Amino acid sequence: MSTDKVITAEQLTKRFGDFTAVDHISFEVQKGEIFGFLGANGAGKTTAMRMLCGLSLPTSGKATVAGFDVYKENEKIKKNIGYMSQKFSLYDDLTVKENMRFYGGIYGMSDKQIKDKTVFILKHLHLESEGNKLVKSLPLGWKQKLAFSVAIFHEPEIVFLDEPTGGVDPVTRREFWNMIYQAAADGITIFVTTHYMDEAEYCNRVSIMVDGRIDALDTPSQLKKTYEATSMDEVFLKLARKAVRNAD
Amino acid sequence: MKQFLSFIKKEFLHIWRDKRTMFILLGMPVVQIIIFGFALTNEVKNSKIAILDYAKDAASTSLITELDASRYFEIDKNLYSYDEIEAEFKKGKIKLALVIPQQFASDLQHFNKAQVQLIADASDPNTANQLTNYATAVIMDYQKRITNDRKLPYTINTEIRNLYNPQLKGAYNFVPGVMAMVLLLVCTMMTAITIVKEKEMGTMEIMLVSPMKPQMVVIAKAVPYLVLSAVNISSILLLSRFVLDVPINGSLVLLLFESILFILVSLSLGLLISSAAASQQTAMFISLVGMFLPTVMLSGFMFPIENMPLALRIVSNIVPAKWYFTIVKSVMIKGIGLHAIWKETLVLTGMMLFFLTVAIKKFKIRLA
Repeated sequence: MSTDKVITAEQLTKRFGDFTAVDHISFEVQKGEIFGFLGANGAGKTTAMRMLCGLSLPTSGKATVAGFDVYKENEKIKKNIGYMSQKFSLYDDLTVKENMRFYGGIYGMSDKQIKDKTVFILKHLHLESEGNKLVKSLPLGWKQKLAFSVAIFHEPEIVFLDEPTGGVDPVTRREFWNMIYQAAADGITIFVTTHYMDEAEYCNRVSIMVDGRIDALDTPSQLKKTYEATSMDEVFLKLARKAVRNAD
Repeated sequence: MKQFLSFIKKEFLHIWRDKRTMFILLGMPVVQIIIFGFALTNEVKNSKIAILDYAKDAASTSLITELDASRYFEIDKNLYSYDEIEAEFKKGKIKLALVIPQQFASDLQHFNKAQVQLIADASDPNTANQLTNYATAVIMDYQKRITNDRKLPYTINTEIRNLYNPQLKGAYNFVPGVMAMVLLLVCTMMTAITIVKEKEMGTMEIMLVSPMKPQMVVIAKAVPYLVLSAVNISSILLLSRFVLDVPINGSLVLLLFESILFILVSLSLGLLISSAAASQQTAMFISLVGMFLPTVMLSGFMFPIENMPLALRIVSNIVPAKWYFTIVKSVMIKGIGLHAIWKETLVLTGMMLFFLTVAIKKFKIRLA
């Protein structure tokens, strides 16, 4: 196994009773790649992602994240990943700086590291004057960008983004993706689930899940060619229509 | 450890930012002690009574003076006919009326026996009962005084001594009750709410993907409320000692130790509720209905457990506050030591271990 594969999954499966949420999926993600994880609601994206993050134990199959086994080396995985959920994940009643201090703290960063990183991020986002403001007073777009900065605050190898751009305007989404590109250029692997098909075009490679299985996995341009589609939207619809399972 | 500390710091910031809740949590015990201490009391004090005196002789006058002079009663009105009595009761100002028949003095002198009638407003049975008891006591006192020089064939004198609380102060009972109530409210309800809040906001997931151990998350959430509770216990004890003059007869160390044990029971209950509740409202509802009501009703604080039907007496055993209430009363008021309350202590310890184990187990299942 070459070292630049940061995520590998082999026949990864999760069953809840009779229901197979994730059905023998296999894929690999390269270091520094932006890997799009697409699927309709209920297709099993979130469950698959939770298994990789160590929030949920697989029923069968193998998987490694950052070189660590998801069954046995849970704790080591947790140190090397960042996570941003579809729900907004900063504390509204804390200031921007307090949020950063907290997240840095639970990842065991030193005071100096936290301080330097905070200054760096605020400067990078042009939010120097907002550092001591309560998060709830900031506009949603800023919060979203801050949440991403916080998710990669401890410089993880991989960051999992679960529908990160829900409810954000197109301009902010664009800016958000610029941040993702920047992070990928810095060597952080991005694993992102999304509903927006234009965002799928930004990914290096895309997998599309239908009914718990990965039905397609390739670069966006290759996928369009294979499915004779002009946009990712079309590709997605062609695949998702085959779904038997009801979206919730 | 550093992770743990930054988590606790964050929890304190949450509490600090929500000033209103913080003041409620810290002010509530103070207000409760003051309200219970000065406003809400079931002691009889200057109750207004009406007098219907048909006799108007020396004996009746001195009996009335005696009643008026006692600190329990205050004569509000002198009535002149029997019909007026009910009218007065309907106005609601008086709670008790005394009727003295004609020839009160001469009956006393000639037959050694006279009768008076006490009429009480029994729409509140407890008060009615208490008032008639007090009035009877005053009348007996009067009788004793006038028969002093004469020899009665047989008399039994009862001499009453009220142990541990000679002045029959209500504070001796409600201070332990308020302690149990406040601790339960702060620990159980607030812990449950704050954990469920993280679940609701989605920040719990972030915590769980972080290297922080789930058990640590739970413990770190509970620590600030432990501190708040310690502050509350201190303020309750200081107020009751120096404002209400309730003594701490037993060992303060033992009292604090037992209080911490009860806090831990309450915190574990809060954790348990948080793992069962999906929203903050549910958590609050379960804490209030499931914890607060039984504490008020079944701990022995408001209503004596011995007088309850068997079923309720059995149920009262699973209310942690009942055991704590007994402990605080024993240590604080009666001044007895651990040897007398080891059973209660053991029950509380058992409850804590049980709730904590179940809570942590449930918390883990959610992660799998």
